[in-house]
Amino acid sequence: MNPDAVPPDRPESFRAAPVPRRSSLLLLPALAWLGLFFFVPLALMLAISFASRGTYGGVVWTLSLANYANVLDPLYVKVFLRSVLLASVTTVLCLALGFPIAYYIARLPARRQGIWLLLVMIPFWTNFLIRTYAWIFMLRTEGLMNQVLAGLGLIGSPVDVLYTEMAIVIGLVYGYLPFMILPLSAAVERLPPSLVEAAWDLYASRWAVLWRVIVPLTKPGLVAGCTLVFIPSLGAFMTPDLMGGARTMMIGNLIQHEFLVARDWPFGSAIALVLMVSVLLGLAIYLRAERAGTRLAAGG
Amino acid sequence: MSPSKSQWPWKLVQGLLLSALGLLVVYQQRSDDGLMGWLSARLAGGPPATLHYFTWSDYADKDVIQAFEREVGVKVVVDTFGSNEELLAKLQSGAGGYDVVVPSDFMVAIMVKQDLLAELDLDRIPNVRLVFERLQHLPFDPDNQYSIPYLWGTVGIGYDSAVVPAPPDSWEALWDPRYKRKISMLNDQREVFGVALRTLGQSVNAVEPAVIARAKAKLASQKDLVKTYTSENYQQLLAYGEVALAHGWGGTVARAMAERPSIKYVIPKEGATVWADCLVVLKTAPHKDLAMRFINYLLDRNVAARTTERLLFATSNREAQVLVAAQYRDNPAIYPPDSVFDRLEWMTDVGEAARLYDRAWTEVKLQ
Repeated sequence: MNPDAVPPDRPESFRAAPVPRRSSLLLLPALAWLGLFFFVPLALMLAISFASRGTYGGVVWTLSLANYANVLDPLYVKVFLRSVLLASVTTVLCLALGFPIAYYIARLPARRQGIWLLLVMIPFWTNFLIRTYAWIFMLRTEGLMNQVLAGLGLIGSPVDVLYTEMAIVIGLVYGYLPFMILPLSAAVERLPPSLVEAAWDLYASRWAVLWRVIVPLTKPGLVAGCTLVFIPSLGAFMTPDLMGGARTMMIGNLIQHEFLVARDWPFGSAIALVLMVSVLLGLAIYLRAERAGTRLAAGG
Repeated sequence: MSPSKSQWPWKLVQGLLLSALGLLVVYQQRSDDGLMGWLSARLAGGPPATLHYFTWSDYADKDVIQAFEREVGVKVVVDTFGSNEELLAKLQSGAGGYDVVVPSDFMVAIMVKQDLLAELDLDRIPNVRLVFERLQHLPFDPDNQYSIPYLWGTVGIGYDSAVVPAPPDSWEALWDPRYKRKISMLNDQREVFGVALRTLGQSVNAVEPAVIARAKAKLASQKDLVKTYTSENYQQLLAYGEVALAHGWGGTVARAMAERPSIKYVIPKEGATVWADCLVVLKTAPHKDLAMRFINYLLDRNVAARTTERLLFATSNREAQVLVAAQYRDNPAIYPPDSVFDRLEWMTDVGEAARLYDRAWTEVKLQ
């Protein structure tokens, strides 16, 4: 079964109705918002990243590339690598946990999907900081988890999970799992069950059904989910501090440290921009490879 | 669904009433005196002046501030910060409108150099004369030209005497493998390096790269024993028994004592940092006169005594110490005993050496 043989889910004849000119004025508030609160600060950061730090903080406007050279220091590269590692582990775990849930929800009758999606969303009604503290109370030595495990006779002495890298991953997976489930369930919903049945009918193995039918057809959801989990995990700073006990530094902690403790805004800006550009580059390379792959398959 | 003609005025009235009620509720919550207080203030005359007070998140005692509001007939708006660096970053990024701010000793020096502070009108702050002898003529502002010490104390070890039998009178206790992952350190690079430096017999203000490198190695060897670096929740960690030894500010340890009586406090023999959070007026303060009056009020001996009893941090007024209940007055975590003073050291800004500390700290964290 070649996934490329599947008819595109959006018929070619579909065209958006032209937008009347005056209606585009409605975009203005959003554009003004983005311009004022995204592009202007970004431009400021870009400018500051080429300046240098005053002895007592503040910004001295002497143009230099020193901040960018400094980002390449092995010490800071190590922070980057550690963050990428923790964010990757988080993404893989979210995918492993989220895919079955998303698949299950998407295959439910429509009227029962609502309640499940609501359950996925409900945690968002509570502030993330408060939910993180709840985790701290659950994971600590005399906390709920250890009491339950000890009560069941599974452990002799309390498990020391809180304030480890594992606790960081638990916190990140917990926090970002909904971002994986929501786009994935939308993608699975668009996957016609008949295609999976057809694969079974053609004696495809379980793996073949998964890898050659389900995964290719839900790829947009997979990419969206992984991106939505990976990027915020990479920049997380609250979870490593609160659940990791500030024993390690992720890139978000380093940026926070440069701005608030070291009072080195220029270096902080440079790290933040390098982080942003590398994430954008990664995405762009992926999308380009993806498009090339599709073109190749379609042409061949 | 669309309301019929006869219905819509009623809907409008309903809507207006509801929003008015909502506004009332919001106002009731926002103004501390409630609606009646607000109304009576409006009827009595023009709008009251508003003083903006920017202080540490655990320093703003509602009762103390409300008493000032009633006494003077003004409104005090309180904003809080969590660290000196956060305070400076906020002021440098243009947050304005604050009148009275509470930076620590070394930050006063930086703010003076940054020309952020207004000169104090000491004639209007007579309580400055009641400040402890020891807290007068401090190196960062010897004549109280810009600042007056307000709350002060030491950094030491809070420990659970039920777990740690002998008082840990040396910082080396924080390197004791018996307490592996039962130790918390402040998440503050200068304070943590200060501990390592004192154990090496150096000043907490060392600037020599070789000395800082040795302190870094010392801290790296401690890393596996440390459960967490935190400046916020070690009070709970001590109280719940999560850690047996906590590097921390005296007042915070004193609060843990209230929750778990076996908690004690010690200032190690190698010496420790002493600090004072000071009252200052910003150069840009809109209400300088009111600010001087507020500072004098906070330094009043009765107000200061009440502040100490509520916050468990010592106030700088020496007459207030007599008024404070004995259980607080005699607590070494709140008022450092006379015997420790010759081994206490003030932390100063290390200028460009700060880069060395930043880097070394990042290396310890990545260990």
